[in-house]
Amino acid sequence: MRTVAVVGASLAGLSAARSLRKQGYDGRLVVIGDELHRPYDRPPLSKEFLAGTVGEADLALEMDDEDLQAEWLLGVRATGLDRTDRAVRLADGREVRADGVVIATGAAARTLPGSEGLAGVHVVRTLDDARALRDELARGGRLVVIGGGFIGAEVASTAYALGLGVTVVEAAATPLAGPLGETMGGVVSALHADHGVRLLCGVGVKGLSGETRVDAVLLEDGRSIPADIVVVGVGARPCVEWLEGSGVELDNGVKCGADGRTSLAGVVAVGDCANWYDPRTGAHRRVEHWTGARERPDAAIATLLAGGAVEPGVPRPPYFWSDQYGVKIQFVGHAAGADSVTIEEGSADDRDVLAVYRRAGEPVAALGMNQPRLFTRWRKQLARPTS
Amino acid sequence: MMIPACPLADLPRGEAFRLETDPAVTVFHTEDGELFAIDDTCTHQDASLADGWVEDCWVECPLHASKFNLKTGEVDAPPAKLPVRTHEVVVEDGMVYVKLSTAAPNLPHCAVRKLAGTTA
Repeated sequence: MRTVAVVGASLAGLSAARSLRKQGYDGRLVVIGDELHRPYDRPPLSKEFLAGTVGEADLALEMDDEDLQAEWLLGVRATGLDRTDRAVRLADGREVRADGVVIATGAAARTLPGSEGLAGVHVVRTLDDARALRDELARGGRLVVIGGGFIGAEVASTAYALGLGVTVVEAAATPLAGPLGETMGGVVSALHADHGVRLLCGVGVKGLSGETRVDAVLLEDGRSIPADIVVVGVGARPCVEWLEGSGVELDNGVKCGADGRTSLAGVVAVGDCANWYDPRTGAHRRVEHWTGARERPDAAIATLLAGGAVEPGVPRPPYFWSDQYGVKIQFVGHAAGADSVTIEEGSADDRDVLAVYRRAGEPVAALGMNQPRLFTRWRKQLARPTS
Repeated sequence: MMIPACPLADLPRGEAFRLETDPAVTVFHTEDGELFAIDDTCTHQDASLADGWVEDCWVECPLHASKFNLKTGEVDAPPAKLPVRTHEVVVEDGMVYVKLSTAAPNLPHCAVRKLAGTTA
């Protein structure tokens, strides 16, 4: 293999580039990114960076003395993959021919139809998004967050700490019920009310009002919530449009085996855009977690360099964290298959909890709120191979 | 400076002991029976490495994913970018002692603020 193109220059792409060098690949390495920035860390964008306690230099993911001997093509989007020439086509007309391709194009924030061009309406996905929102939050006012998921809740928590009046609107009856289940979704989202942040559940958003700048969020039940700033946190969609017609099978992102292989030889996919087969659950699952973007490229690169001849190991169960209102929230595993949740330590009322999810008596997931030590033990236990 | 930590008998393999020095230091007893001491605070954010995941001679921060080498203090990958200090461990008469490093610690922003006595 003489040239490898990594398409995507965020955590998954950088981790893939690192894995290539670590695993002995010494050929040409081209990293393509649609943003102008060098790889940066996204989790702080809704937390410390938004709050102003962490600056842009702190977000850099590369070490000061790190040199991957890569060609960085930044600020240019990939528009296609040509399977016969094995070439990545770029928006500026260039193309990069490569023997191996790593797809790491991530996901983009979903927006609210009809909100385009209305000032005061934000999403939080990129550094540029976060800069724009940070500048607006600094001016204060009334913030309405649409979506009570993790991004929405973190932005609400940060804005509350900055002194803004905050309302969170969530279409589902319980926020976070998808990732955490109804019971613990209710416990975690109770943090909003603890701090006087208004949470409206079970009501959809009909639209936004305002001429050039947003002035209210209109709910489906007829209410109108006044807003100076609106943040839309309604999830992300995998950035894989550029692969349509390439022969790479798409199904909720790039459909991958348990080792990151795609339907095309010499092409692997990692990070938020990749829908990997999960041997633990026997199903494909697209995981949008930071730790997946960092850990899985090792396996995908081993696959790429060996031409698919390596046996994939069982990955660690998915893990993510969130920080809200000073509470460290940690989650590992799969809540979806659980038939019971028990609080093993602490109490929900104190927002100090270690909860274990079980299916037929077997632990399948764990949630910690301010319980890093116990959580680590459960995370270890859940990572043990099952018989 | 030699600081007594704990009796070796109270620190089984796979466990960690945190010394409330300033900054805090943790002694790790690995599954292989080796003893190491490093600064307890992750260089990325205010997390206690004593709560972390130890495998071979690496400890993974309990919050994010950076791993620190218990022998050298080096970090494997972000979000942390700076190593932790390592300290010498001495066992005498069944007691574990830590000989503190005189190097400057690499503390995260929030911990530095805490040490400086201001609130975040």
